[in-house]
Amino acid sequence: MSDPVGAVSAEDVKKIARLSRLHVEADRLQPLADDLNGILGWIEQLNEVDVEGVEPMTSAVDMSAPMRKDEISDGGKRDEILKNAPKKDDGFFVVPRSVE
Amino acid sequence: MTDLTNLTLEAALGGMAKGEFSSVELTQAHIDACQAGAKLNAFITDTHELALEQAKASDARRAKGEAGLLEGAPLGVKDLFCTEGVKTCAASKILGDFTPTYESSVTANMKADGMVMLGKLNLDEFAMGSSNETSAYGPVINPWRKDEDLVPGGSSGGSAAAVAADMCLGATATDTGGSIRQPASFTGTVGIKPTYGRCSRWGTVAFASSLDQAGPIAKTVKDAAILLESMAGYDAKDSTSLNIDVPKWSESCGKSVKGLRIGIPKEYSIDGMPAEIQSLWDKGIAWMKDAGAEIVPITLPHTKYALPAYYVVAPAEASSNLARYDGMRYGLRVDGVDLNDTYDRTRTEGFGKEVRRRIMIGTYVLSAGYYDAYYLRAQKVRTRIVEDFENAWQTCDAILTPTAPSAPFAVGRKVNDPVQMYLNDIFTVTTNLAGLPGISVPAGLNEDGLPLGLQIIGKALDEDTVFAAASALEKAAGFSAKPEKWWV
Repeated sequence: MSDPVGAVSAEDVKKIARLSRLHVEADRLQPLADDLNGILGWIEQLNEVDVEGVEPMTSAVDMSAPMRKDEISDGGKRDEILKNAPKKDDGFFVVPRSVE
Repeated sequence: MTDLTNLTLEAALGGMAKGEFSSVELTQAHIDACQAGAKLNAFITDTHELALEQAKASDARRAKGEAGLLEGAPLGVKDLFCTEGVKTCAASKILGDFTPTYESSVTANMKADGMVMLGKLNLDEFAMGSSNETSAYGPVINPWRKDEDLVPGGSSGGSAAAVAADMCLGATATDTGGSIRQPASFTGTVGIKPTYGRCSRWGTVAFASSLDQAGPIAKTVKDAAILLESMAGYDAKDSTSLNIDVPKWSESCGKSVKGLRIGIPKEYSIDGMPAEIQSLWDKGIAWMKDAGAEIVPITLPHTKYALPAYYVVAPAEASSNLARYDGMRYGLRVDGVDLNDTYDRTRTEGFGKEVRRRIMIGTYVLSAGYYDAYYLRAQKVRTRIVEDFENAWQTCDAILTPTAPSAPFAVGRKVNDPVQMYLNDIFTVTTNLAGLPGISVPAGLNEDGLPLGLQIIGKALDEDTVFAAASALEKAAGFSAKPEKWWV
């Protein structure tokens, strides 16, 4: 393959998909790489902007981060929290085995 | 009796106050309109029975002299706001039949003010889209039509279509890159995104947290002001909520704009802009001048970088926000051979194509070795965009632009070209990046008889000026066209 330097390859897509916890069929890897390269190529124009010494934006309106007391103000909602669980048993979420 | 669904929110509230009709009558008329308009696919979940109960309770409150700001008004809620006991799914399969046990702060404010909720409105999946075609519940159809079905814009397409079709008196919406204003422009309705932090994000399904902001879609500028007064307000549960008073914005509507300096940014005259958009903009400039405003040419030099910066920041934040959908605690679970396989299957089946694409872009730009090159750089470009506006405010008080680069387009036309689709937000996205208020006002019809909107952008926290300038535009445009009710 003669991809330009920095372009996303099918192999990269596989890696991104794994990090994203998404499954991509083998025959979809290259088309998706082409898609992403189209979008990333368009994003490349950001390199034209002089950002030397510029602070990254953090908030729209100047405000200091609000502080509050570190105390319990809510709780006792086990049934509400479990209400939408796909699987539950005896007050617990039931999840697939993660250690053998 | 006149058709109650033709009323504005302001007139409907006035009519109920005078005892001309009850909330139950008003609500029933809107339920009938919702049922007749099912073809538009504006709602995901109907709550008509609940609405009638709420209307009865509202009439009882009014009889006791306890009427709130929205007392008895039948409204729609975008299905991104959690509503206690009513399915909330963000137009995604991954949330399944998720039924919150709590209420979003925005809708809680509106309920406390007497809202009657007709149902949950369709949207692009997780609000990611500009045409409402990414919804897992099918596209919303624009009430405005020309030979073929048109999109209502997005992501708040259900909200905009339902208001335009007189199915509700107003609706909640959210705007991350233009998702209130572009659909308003496409449907001949009014939509405002207030200053970031005015409306609490608590209980609203998150897309890109540094950009997401709620606001209303309404029939008139004044209706939008009334709705926003109810929706906005400080909330300790959202750390970015602004702890400041909510002004009586409805009183700013109709205020004189004499001497107001309106900036016209030259960078918004983009290559290939349709002549009808340019000529509408020129008309808007003339209207503001006639109303006594001073027109000032301005420059916002980093405008062209706003969309690419947005398509780094928004997917990055989305990929992080959407990591919570793992199939363990709520929503869909698709069982696999082990835990990782279950995650993969759940997320791959649960998310639609555009959402998966954005999660992957976001994951890529945040991954090791790329964070500085993409996310950090985009956040710095954002600072440059803020500086552009700050420079502009030296010479003007508000800015006038078109809302969208085109009239509504046909369903299916742009769905396979992401970058073309993203260009819909070219005029709206700058205010999200800078956190500024922006409103879209219907300003005219094009040659095909389709609505076009103009946008007013204001300084942070200066919604007062935005509403004043928007009502001047509204008055001058005299937009009274309605779509033909072909769907009935």
